[in-house]
Amino acid sequence: MNGDSLALAPVASPHAHGGASVGRTMLRVQIALVPATLYGFWLFGWPSFFLWLATILSCLGWEALCLKMAGSTRIRATLADGSAFLTGWLLALTLPPWAPWWVALVGGFIAIVIAKQVFGGLGQNVFNPAMVARVALLVSFPLPLTQWVAPLAIAGGGGPDFVDGLRIFLGSLPPPDTMASASLLGHTKTELSRGVDLLHALAAPGAPLPSWIGIRAGSLGETASLLILAGGLYLLACRVISWHVPLAVLAGLGIPAAIGHAVDPARYLDATTQLLSGAALLGAFFIATDYVTSPNTGAGQIVFGLGIGLVTWIIRTWGGYPEGMAFAVLLMNALVPVIDRLVRPRILGRDRRGRPLDLPQGKEGAR
Amino acid sequence: MSDNVGSIVKDGLWDQNVVFAQLLAMCPTMAVTTSGTNGLGMGLATTAVLVVSNVLVSLIRHTVSSQVRIPVFVVLIATLVTVVDMAMNAWLHDLYKVLGLFIALIVVNCAILGRAEAFAVKSGVVASAVDGLAMGLGFTGALTAIGLIREFLGSGTLFAQASNLLGPSFAFLEMKLPGYGGALLMILPPGGFAVLGFLLAGKRAMENRRAARATVVASPAPA
Repeated sequence: MNGDSLALAPVASPHAHGGASVGRTMLRVQIALVPATLYGFWLFGWPSFFLWLATILSCLGWEALCLKMAGSTRIRATLADGSAFLTGWLLALTLPPWAPWWVALVGGFIAIVIAKQVFGGLGQNVFNPAMVARVALLVSFPLPLTQWVAPLAIAGGGGPDFVDGLRIFLGSLPPPDTMASASLLGHTKTELSRGVDLLHALAAPGAPLPSWIGIRAGSLGETASLLILAGGLYLLACRVISWHVPLAVLAGLGIPAAIGHAVDPARYLDATTQLLSGAALLGAFFIATDYVTSPNTGAGQIVFGLGIGLVTWIIRTWGGYPEGMAFAVLLMNALVPVIDRLVRPRILGRDRRGRPLDLPQGKEGAR
Repeated sequence: MSDNVGSIVKDGLWDQNVVFAQLLAMCPTMAVTTSGTNGLGMGLATTAVLVVSNVLVSLIRHTVSSQVRIPVFVVLIATLVTVVDMAMNAWLHDLYKVLGLFIALIVVNCAILGRAEAFAVKSGVVASAVDGLAMGLGFTGALTAIGLIREFLGSGTLFAQASNLLGPSFAFLEMKLPGYGGALLMILPPGGFAVLGFLLAGKRAMENRRAARATVVASPAPA
């Protein structure tokens, strides 16, 4: 499944099994997500925990239902491999932390049933399930999906306790108005559309600022940029992902942002803010690197990643939505078969054009 | 193609359903099924054209040589569509404003030329009329079903503005789910594809199950 293994020359048997399995890979990704998620819980309190739990349970439930309807005999084993669990987790990280329960329920249905099981289950889906759900929810329910709350540490006065958190999650208690806030990208988009340039928009009091420690409004997965980055580096270190996709996504987003900012700082956000805001890091390390929906070769993955970064920047800068990572991932997912056709590994014993290489004997004879 | 009325009707409504079995006429199926009323109106307009075109094609089937039959059929269908188009503009103006463009496009609806070619040109007038009616009603049913599902999920209503189509006495059909904002995606094209896909899968699953049951019932009998 790893992109590298196709490009490498095969080694003669006997082969040793590295012990990698779907379950172990998913577990490592989940370990990498733990710090950022815990930090998000601390920032946004009980409602965000309930949303996280509900999204995962919803994904597991829909997966079990689909497997049962398909007559699978390995329902328990498939659920235990953690793929639906991880899809739910990633989806929860992209939602507004105080979204109500039905967002989790519908999101799980879209991610698991429409984006994954309809295509044939794990390994068959064309599009990243979590991102399909995220985009479908955003398009379907624009209002609940864009209501961000300020982190408790800023809002002060302590967060909702367990019961109030549950009531906010169940929708019987509207979130207090004082908690409402805008994410950085949303704020800049609104201000730009009002004709306020960025120099003034970001200097104004109360403007959300890019923050390395992540105390700001946003989804669970976009606030703690550094913890997401740390998780991504952990995945790189234990070779769950290769460097191609993350680096290419960040380059594809950062380079145009730097150029744009150098040309007109009043209109284009700087590269650091772009990379630390929204789903940039989460997308680069955790979402775009999905084995199923990314190209097979290293070169293909670089093309794929650059495309995601560039499309994200284009949508953020000129598009109607403040954040474009999910759209960019889906768009490039659709192009993966094309990329895999264009960027092919060299066949062993042949050159790039497919012609047989000179035989070694011929070279020796010439010598 | 048998002239047995029962099997023609069954073909049109279910076995050879234009949308769910032949997968024809996808353009109107996707485009107008944003509400049950739109689907019903489009389906009925198509049915009217289909019945008359089938009858006319069947009547002239011995007169027109096979080399020029397609242009002749197209002219016939285009005439009928224009009549329906003007009639709807005159008497169902509100619905016409919603469906306007797609009414004119009935002329290129492959279901109509398809039935002319596959059925009417080979069959008698009565059988052709029955076939047109059954196919049209099957199409109407499919469009209305998709439209109702999309409308319900997308805006929380059922048969909104049905009185525009059927007259004020049918206003009782209009229902609204209170307190439901609706999932906008279902009204947009992806919702159409998703609903059609699930309905197709459901029809297949139902038929597979029925076939499996039939073999189970049939197999012990000889033994």
